[in-house]
Amino acid sequence: MTAEILSLSLQLSMPEIILAVGALALLMIGVFSGDKSTSTVTGLAVALLLVAGLWLIFMPGEGEAYGGAFMLDPFARFMKVLALIGSIVAMVMSVGRAQSDQLDRFEFPVLLVLSTLGMMLLISANDLIALYLGLELMSLALYVIAAFNRDSIRSTEAGLKYFVLGALSSGMMLYGMSLVYGFTGNTGFDEIAGILSSEPRHMGLIFGMVFVLAGACFKISAVPFHMWTPDVYEGAPTPVTAFFAAGPKVAAMAILVRIVSEAFLPILADWRQIIVFVSIASMLLGSFAAIGQRNIKRLMAYSSIGHMGYALVGLAAGTETGVSGVVLYMTIYMIMTLGTFACIMAMRRKEGGNVENVDDLAGLSSTKPFMAIVLTALMFSMAGIPPLAGFFAKYFVFVAAIEAKLYALAVIGVLSSVVGAYYYLRIVKLMWFDEAQGEFARISGELRLVFGLSGLFVTAYVLFGGPIGTAANAAAKSFF
Amino acid sequence: MGLQAIFFYLFAFVAVASAFMVISAKNPVHSVLFLILVFFNAAGLFLLTGAEFLAMILLVVYIGAVAVLFLFVVMMLDIDFAELRSGVLQYAPVGILIGLIVAAELIVVIGGSVLTPDAARSITMPIPNPAERTNTAALGDVLYTNYVYFFQIAGLVLLVAMIGAIVLTLRHRENIKRQDISKQVARTPATAVEVVKVKPGQGV
Amino acid sequence: MDSFFSIYLWPGLIMVAQSLLLLVCLLVFIAYILLADRKIWAAVQLRRGPNVVGPFGLFQSFADLLKFVFKEPIIPAGANKGVFLLAPLVSVTLALATWAVIPLNDNWVIANINVGILYVFAISSLEVYGIIMSGWASNSKYPFLGALRSAAQMVSYEVSIGFVIVTVLLCVGSLNLSDIVYAQKDGLGTMVGLPNSFLDWHWLSLFPMFVIFFISGLAETNRPPFDLPEAESELVAGYMVEYSSAPYMMLMLGEYAAILLICSLTTILFLGGWLPPLDIAVLNWVPGIIWFVLKGSFVFFLFAMVKAFVPRYRYDQLMRLGWKVFLPLSLAMVIITAFVLKLTGWA
Repeated sequence: MTAEILSLSLQLSMPEIILAVGALALLMIGVFSGDKSTSTVTGLAVALLLVAGLWLIFMPGEGEAYGGAFMLDPFARFMKVLALIGSIVAMVMSVGRAQSDQLDRFEFPVLLVLSTLGMMLLISANDLIALYLGLELMSLALYVIAAFNRDSIRSTEAGLKYFVLGALSSGMMLYGMSLVYGFTGNTGFDEIAGILSSEPRHMGLIFGMVFVLAGACFKISAVPFHMWTPDVYEGAPTPVTAFFAAGPKVAAMAILVRIVSEAFLPILADWRQIIVFVSIASMLLGSFAAIGQRNIKRLMAYSSIGHMGYALVGLAAGTETGVSGVVLYMTIYMIMTLGTFACIMAMRRKEGGNVENVDDLAGLSSTKPFMAIVLTALMFSMAGIPPLAGFFAKYFVFVAAIEAKLYALAVIGVLSSVVGAYYYLRIVKLMWFDEAQGEFARISGELRLVFGLSGLFVTAYVLFGGPIGTAANAAAKSFF
Repeated sequence: MGLQAIFFYLFAFVAVASAFMVISAKNPVHSVLFLILVFFNAAGLFLLTGAEFLAMILLVVYIGAVAVLFLFVVMMLDIDFAELRSGVLQYAPVGILIGLIVAAELIVVIGGSVLTPDAARSITMPIPNPAERTNTAALGDVLYTNYVYFFQIAGLVLLVAMIGAIVLTLRHRENIKRQDISKQVARTPATAVEVVKVKPGQGV
Repeated sequence: MDSFFSIYLWPGLIMVAQSLLLLVCLLVFIAYILLADRKIWAAVQLRRGPNVVGPFGLFQSFADLLKFVFKEPIIPAGANKGVFLLAPLVSVTLALATWAVIPLNDNWVIANINVGILYVFAISSLEVYGIIMSGWASNSKYPFLGALRSAAQMVSYEVSIGFVIVTVLLCVGSLNLSDIVYAQKDGLGTMVGLPNSFLDWHWLSLFPMFVIFFISGLAETNRPPFDLPEAESELVAGYMVEYSSAPYMMLMLGEYAAILLICSLTTILFLGGWLPPLDIAVLNWVPGIIWFVLKGSFVFFLFAMVKAFVPRYRYDQLMRLGWKVFLPLSLAMVIITAFVLKLTGWA
């Protein structure tokens, strides 16, 4: 690697370098001034993520870095900004709950920054080794923050469960990577694609690809690798769950998109079957298993499994429209989820104590009308009812599937979204037509801001969503 | 070739046999000791292939550090392996299934390398001739140049692991007397000693 | 068949003969080192030390050997017999196995391998197993505590030893032990125009690392003031409590072989191995092995003097020294050395 290539590489990966160096600096600040510096460190961490995001948005420059291991293209840029937004919002939301969930130690923001760094590296990964390392960096920090409230048995259980299953999925992924490497002799995505398109594919390579996809599906919690999701969502402290539901999902989906539409594009027919199966299974399970849930965090877990299924519908198409649909879906999903989690975090009784049962929302319209309106909009949007944002998200992926002649997939998707609508609407019914059992405490400003913005987004998307769609299209052009 | 083959079979046989003992030994400490033997033989196999640096690092890292901590934990915890094993039949079908899948894949891989022996021809980084460039130097050639990106991220991964371990386990307990060496050294007779004139028969 | 003899048999036989020779010399040397240890300790305390067996007590160690061999080995009832007997074997085998790569003179080495220093480091990091195994297998409180202490202690100090070795490697550019000695022919002294002398050796140019290595060596071999695993005032004799007769002797043998190894490693890394202290005619005539033995004995003398002078560290002090003083210091030195070498172009 010559000095020129190195300096170009450093330039392209500047946001990541900012995060890495910043995280080390924050760690030093925290270690030397103790836990009393937590709020300072949190503020600085948010600032750090903001700087990285602004750099991404405003500094030009695209291309490969570090000998092709790192790729900055419009897709990576879009997804990275999305992941950064998710992390920033989750971090801001965590401030109010830090005390009660025992998150008020300076390591928490540092770990969030490092995890976000992992997401960004993952999104930019253009090589199997980079993919694995980014994934591990992201997940390892997630395992720790899932168990962060170490005095709570549920939090510890969530962390342990996530860790054990995550390690298993990493193992599978590595196994698959070694097979892919063995049969292509390369770890770079471009080289793998080159070899796959020039010679007949080998059975062992398909095995390898299946394992790599399985590992990625674990991270986006798609069926049949979803087992960890409900327990981890329920057990982890709520701010942590919000964080889990946002950035990591975006990053893992991004790498899934990148690996199938870059490295494995020549064997589209092979991976399409897998993605179609995973997508259908996730949509169905997400819709049916959520019906019986009483805990709203578990409900959100199943909801996110279902949403990943819908997003994968777009990926299964394997076309530019499909990928653009996935990008759009992930954007809208993330904003809806963050808004919903802001509402969940606002569920705190006046007499103290957080509640997280669906029934606790009963009669919300009479006690907290603004929150009820926003949550209603979010639920309608999640159910995919026009003219809210969620409808457009689903619409574009289904259109892509139909364009790719995957009619069965589209039909099953529509049907399962009808089933899914049931439990979203049940929450709406609870809020508007049932008797209130108690009142929630005053909602802190940052939560109100987050769910307000989220509600505004889902309702106003139909009017002002054009630029986002254009950006998603531009992002999808990176591959085709 | 003869001697090499003999050593290969020796190392390979002992490695497989002790790997079997790891999972079948009744005493967990014996299991860990057999695991160490496996590592040892793996290092021997590395040596046979000419990867001397990897062999030594395997010894230093896995046996010298990781396995010591394993042994430490296993000795300290009173693990009842008989109890752990009691459910083994329950999970046997899953285990057998996974074993079969892995075996099938191995067959695919081995079959593949027999059928298409040139699969590895497109390898990215050819191994330099050991006579010209030693193993260690060859690794150093690429590790800090072409692979510096991976090297740095791996460092970050380890950092996160370290932060995680500390966050989840370290508790600052009160009422513990800690030695503050700088404070001790900074003590002077002026701050530590007081000369009192004691009158006879009165005490201090 | 001819080729079989010329390729395998003769080199093999020669290697076995060399190893046996080295082993015998080593064991005899250990016997006298042990005696020297006791004599120096006694002299510091104004005692005579062992003086009954042979002239000036010169045969004391051999008398001890006979006594150990002829006593009855006792294996405690609750002990894990296999591991209990394996532990001394492991400790003595590992301690002796390292000597295969130590160059005693120019080309006087049994196996001149590329990664010699790594091999030494790897094997000496395994020596902890002898202690852990013996402590655990004894199935008794004191040995177990001793074993736990020693595991933590050895793992901690290996870190700084590793960094010291890295610094030396940065200056030398090779992992071969002989190359490390050759590299010390020229150094700081020749740079200012002096002839080849002891000023060229690494001890001067890497003085802080020399000190760190020496102290970490004490800790790594469980020598006083870091002999916490066998601290007799707290743990009776630590991991050795339950051992007697020949197994006990082997543990002791392993310990002293390890000490001797650290001494010769110090000689190779910092004191110029077999090189004479001044490159002049009279000193050049002395064989290199003599210089090597002299330097090694000098380092051992320092070890013995430390044992006589310095009171034992407390456990938390030991850990503090390892992790909070030596680790940052040696890490900083690695970086500084690398920068100096890069900027000045010396390496």
